Amino acid sequence: MEPVREVEGRAIPFGLKNVDTDVIIPARWLKTVTREGLGRGAFETVREDPANVFDQPEFAGAPILIAGDNFGCGSSREHAAWALLDLGVRAVIAPSFSDIFSGNAFKNGILTVALPQAAVDRLLEVATTDPITIDLEHQTVTTPFQDRFTFEIDPFRKHCLLGGLDEVALTLARDSQIAAYEARLAADRPWLARGTAVPA
Amino acid sequence: MASKPRTLFEKIWDEHVIERRDDGTCLIFIDRHLVHEVTSPQAFEALRLNGRTVRHPELTLAVPDHNLPTTARIDAQGNRVPIADIESRDQLAALERNAPAFGVRYFGATAREQGIVHVVGPEQGFSLPGTTIVCGDSHTAAHGGVGALAFGIGTSEVEHVLATQTLLLREWKSMEVRVEGELGPGVSSKDLILHIIGAIGTAGATGHAIEYRGKVFEDMSVESRLTVCNMSIEGGARAGMIAPDETTFAYLKGRPFAPKGAEWDQAVAYWRTLHTDPGARFDKTVTIQAADVEPTVTWGTSPEDTVAIGGVVPDPASFADPSKQKAAQASLDYMGLAPGQRMDAVEVQNVFIGSCTNSRIEDLRAAADVLRGRHKAPGVKWAIVVPGSGLVKEQAEAEGLDKVFTEAGLEWREPGCSACLGMNPDKVPPGERCASTSNRNFVGRQGPGARTHLVSPAMAAAAAVTGRLTDVRELV
Repeated sequence: MEPVREVEGRAIPFGLKNVDTDVIIPARWLKTVTREGLGRGAFETVREDPANVFDQPEFAGAPILIAGDNFGCGSSREHAAWALLDLGVRAVIAPSFSDIFSGNAFKNGILTVALPQAAVDRLLEVATTDPITIDLEHQTVTTPFQDRFTFEIDPFRKHCLLGGLDEVALTLARDSQIAAYEARLAADRPWLARGTAVPA
Repeated sequence: MASKPRTLFEKIWDEHVIERRDDGTCLIFIDRHLVHEVTSPQAFEALRLNGRTVRHPELTLAVPDHNLPTTARIDAQGNRVPIADIESRDQLAALERNAPAFGVRYFGATAREQGIVHVVGPEQGFSLPGTTIVCGDSHTAAHGGVGALAFGIGTSEVEHVLATQTLLLREWKSMEVRVEGELGPGVSSKDLILHIIGAIGTAGATGHAIEYRGKVFEDMSVESRLTVCNMSIEGGARAGMIAPDETTFAYLKGRPFAPKGAEWDQAVAYWRTLHTDPGARFDKTVTIQAADVEPTVTWGTSPEDTVAIGGVVPDPASFADPSKQKAAQASLDYMGLAPGQRMDAVEVQNVFIGSCTNSRIEDLRAAADVLRGRHKAPGVKWAIVVPGSGLVKEQAEAEGLDKVFTEAGLEWREPGCSACLGMNPDKVPPGERCASTSNRNFVGRQGPGARTHLVSPAMAAAAAVTGRLTDVRELV
């Protein structure tokens, strides 16, 4: 994962509430065996309307998306995060996010910035004409009009994003702790540790 | 020292903590990992690229479900029928290659054990009480029906679990959904969970693990509990669970991967400790009166858009929240419905009985009880029944349910996710309605332009008979 420090640029003022993962990437796009190329299917149903915000020239390649409450609800498909990445989105600002989506976004270096509705409304307004800056280090969102909003982020996630860390490698470094747990499990609950290897 | 009273969720969580970091993040051991073809190819590929292996193949079980067509898989000559859609075929082939390459037990497309991953797990006794269960699918919450802490994960997490058998997580808050009283006749577990989601909203349980409590759940079969827990994610919860009890133990005993002999007794002794202690505190409690639950349908494009079958389509202006007003209006435009319209007058052209929510034998029996001796209405063009697994299919056929369905004019199919989501050939045509026993009524979920009304199996069967959304209690 590439380190993430700052996301700066135009923001797509989408604003809709309860945007589900079927809206972000419909199921027919999930048949891929790679992570690339899903931008074509991103927000497909929304983009059937020629006046949709995603296809306005000023938002081409915009790195930020602004949405309403509960963004990314529904399925666990990480394709939603991959589709946003492929579209060029590096950060999503919304009042709240679904748990699974924000986890998937994080694993792909996409910032999910939760701000109060009033702040989101102000950013939606700014986004129609001007760029927005998200500073992860200082946990701020700023505009050219001196707006400054601070956001919370899980310290571990921040650490991983700033350092571009590979979480699997970090966990594999805890091998002795995992092995100790496994040994205890095998001794205390052998029936659980067997899994599919049960005797007939 | 007397220990602090704990919830069921806290007991299972604590038992699985390998390490608790200073910032509150926990490294959690994962007991069971279910894998299907859609969310795993990139994870296996990443293992390969990094020279990593599956740490515990025996704690992993793979089965294809989302892409598989539900038409015959073996032709008259005994050969496998090729899958026409090239992308689906490639994705299925990837799992068929990856599972043996990484030593993972695999129930392939033509195995009698094959089925929807969330039907297969409990049915095989792979999903057990007190375990942590994950799968790259949000409906993994279903396995909470056997008293497990089960939750959906993304592909990066699938890779993490394959490589380490762990996940790094921050402990969720706990939420009690308490249902008081008893359900009325003709009201099912599906009606109850739709009603609950309508009450709490799609984000009502975000950040929480739900425990469903009350006599209603104690009286329920394990299959009904699986239906309830399955849809926890539609209320925003990663996990939903019901404490294991004698009903759970009787359900699991003798299943292929369940403990045997003396180990069974050890397991049950442990499972009996898995309940919320008196005095334990939940972060949030919602109380529902069972008597308020009617056979329930959805009118919009979010699972929270529920209404009793005797009700009408709501007026978007009736919602307090302006963004919900806007969303409701967009839903009605998509659904082709107008405020005040009676739900039981809405005509359907399609009926789907299946999905990880409602494709178990009990669901098929409930549908068959309504359809027996009846025929689908002329206006219903397409009606299919898709059993959740090959074993459910065998059982249904042994009971003659397949005949009930086909004599009623419904199609009897092979197991898979089918028309729950538009990834395989089973789709609802644009602009048409479907009474569906699945879990999501999102825009385009059952195919581009498809209009979904979520219902119980008995209600789907009733809609097939009358050609409109119907209160099943009028037919029994």
